[in-house]
Amino acid sequence: MTEPLVSIRDLRVAFHGLPALRGIDLDVAPGEAVGLVGESGCGKSVTWLAALGLLPGTATVTGSVKLQGQELLHAAPSVLDRVRGGRIAMIFQDPASALNPVKKVGVQVAEALRLHRGLEGSAAEAEVLRLFDQVGIPDAKRRIHIYPHEMSGGQNQRVMIAMALAGQPELLVADEPTTALDATIQAQILDLLRRLQQETGMALVLISHDLGVVAEMCRRVCVMYAGRVVEESPSDELFSHPRHPYTKGLLAALPDMVGPRRRLEAIPGGVPEPWNMPPGCAFAPRCDRATPECGAGLPGFVPVGPAHQAACIHVQPATVPA
Amino acid sequence: MLRFVALRVGRALLTIALVVTFAFVVLRLSGDPALMIMSPDAPPEALAAFRKAWGLDEPIWLQYLRYFTAILQGELGQSFRDGRPALQLVAERIPATLQLTIPALMLKVGLGIPAGIYAALHRNSAIDRAVMTFAVAGFTVPSFVLGLLLVLVFAVQLGWLPSGGQESWRSVILPVISMGLGGAGILARFTRSAMLEVLGQPYIRTASAKGVPWHQVVRKHALPNAAIPTVTIVGFMVGTLMAGAVVVESVFSWPGVGRLMVVAVSNRDLAVVQCILLLVSATMVTSNLIVDLLYGVLDPRLRGTAPAGGGH
Repeated sequence: MTEPLVSIRDLRVAFHGLPALRGIDLDVAPGEAVGLVGESGCGKSVTWLAALGLLPGTATVTGSVKLQGQELLHAAPSVLDRVRGGRIAMIFQDPASALNPVKKVGVQVAEALRLHRGLEGSAAEAEVLRLFDQVGIPDAKRRIHIYPHEMSGGQNQRVMIAMALAGQPELLVADEPTTALDATIQAQILDLLRRLQQETGMALVLISHDLGVVAEMCRRVCVMYAGRVVEESPSDELFSHPRHPYTKGLLAALPDMVGPRRRLEAIPGGVPEPWNMPPGCAFAPRCDRATPECGAGLPGFVPVGPAHQAACIHVQPATVPA
Repeated sequence: MLRFVALRVGRALLTIALVVTFAFVVLRLSGDPALMIMSPDAPPEALAAFRKAWGLDEPIWLQYLRYFTAILQGELGQSFRDGRPALQLVAERIPATLQLTIPALMLKVGLGIPAGIYAALHRNSAIDRAVMTFAVAGFTVPSFVLGLLLVLVFAVQLGWLPSGGQESWRSVILPVISMGLGGAGILARFTRSAMLEVLGQPYIRTASAKGVPWHQVVRKHALPNAAIPTVTIVGFMVGTLMAGAVVVESVFSWPGVGRLMVVAVSNRDLAVVQCILLLVSATMVTSNLIVDLLYGVLDPRLRGTAPAGGGH
């Protein structure tokens, strides 16, 4: 792997003493598309909010997040303000509430242009028009003067994307960018993100609970469970040969596109609460392969194939060196 | 937009008409003005003459009609007491009242809003707790209690300021403080909770995520949104500019509209009471109208225009 753009090491977050992230290691290479999947509450979003220092003051964050060698955790506000939107941009789940309701959408995009590229006045307006055009907002000349509530959810998400692109970031973190949108609009937004990633060469982290979306968009996938990464793999490999029992459970819960119809299997039980974390593997209480050894300690990553590793003591290490 | 304004103005006028009617009904049902003014043991002929002179012997609906048309023509009647035009009596008192209520309003806004913003930005800090303790104390202690306390300390004990009357600018200080502190407390609390609500919104996180420095996030993204609920409270305070000083004027023997009202009500001086009610309701209704129009300026969602976007 080339030198990572972002390198996260042993990132831990706790809210009021309750752990939300329990040691995340994650690298993102320049230009790469990585998927982050898991159930809601597993820490997918918290990972990136913590990385950018966007968590509320009640959160305790430890570990390390480096952007090409520069430490971001607990960095000075002036450093973070340059990185946010300028080098790492983020878009969120519900575009309607993520945009300021009392400011015109064009102004909100122009603000990012002023902060990161020093554009003002007509130069900024011209660039906003170009960005709106790039993200597929028709009739941009009129639309830059309207408010978020006058646009549909899909259009608002396009505005958010335009705003994210304004700073010409090296990494776009898309936090469930299509969850709040209609199915047809979802596909359009995902197409747009894929196209923009190819055009601009920026890296993309796609946070989603939807394995299908991630498989389609990303070459590499990290599966998260209860504040930890449990499996990391190239996405085609993950779908054909899932190794961690949790990943297997997730895939068994998805309908097959081909082959005979079969009963979908739900994973029994629920995610353990932060105050009720079992010792050892957090998935053990729901796992059909669990043995007493699973509770002995946190399972480390076992390499199971090229660039493929799973955090389970029951997986067989790869015979070929990873 | 024009429809929006016309609708609000129409509603404001209707409210004033209702207040005027209500004043008439309540004052006429609660006692016979002739008996109140002339005393109950006045000779019947004198009472009859008084009633005739003031049109009180006519059917009540005719009196109401006369009263209403007179008001429409700007004719607010004469005081039963000294026969002078009620409007003139009231108008003479307005400057004295405003001399107290305007500085009090400035104190409320100038102290309450910054304190609320500061408390919200430093939530759960010692200063936040101090501001909120002060705010709760500020609006739970009635203004007259605070007024009497201030008189006791600064007029009686220390002798720094006059305890009442309207001699110099120094007479204004104690009444203004006793009126303003409570309002500042209310405003601080409202501003704080409005700010906290706004600071928790996703668009604040968006602004931070795009690299807006925190002080600009507060100024450009949080304050314009928090202004919407705060304006409601300030508008209400503006509405009480005329009537807000009734108690404090009495405590500090201040010759304003409030004291005139207390005297006129106990005398059943119909024309004067009606005139004051009209003035008070007109102030309240006007400030509500301004608040309504301001909402449209502050919040584009309330402008009542049809969505211009649509489609994907």
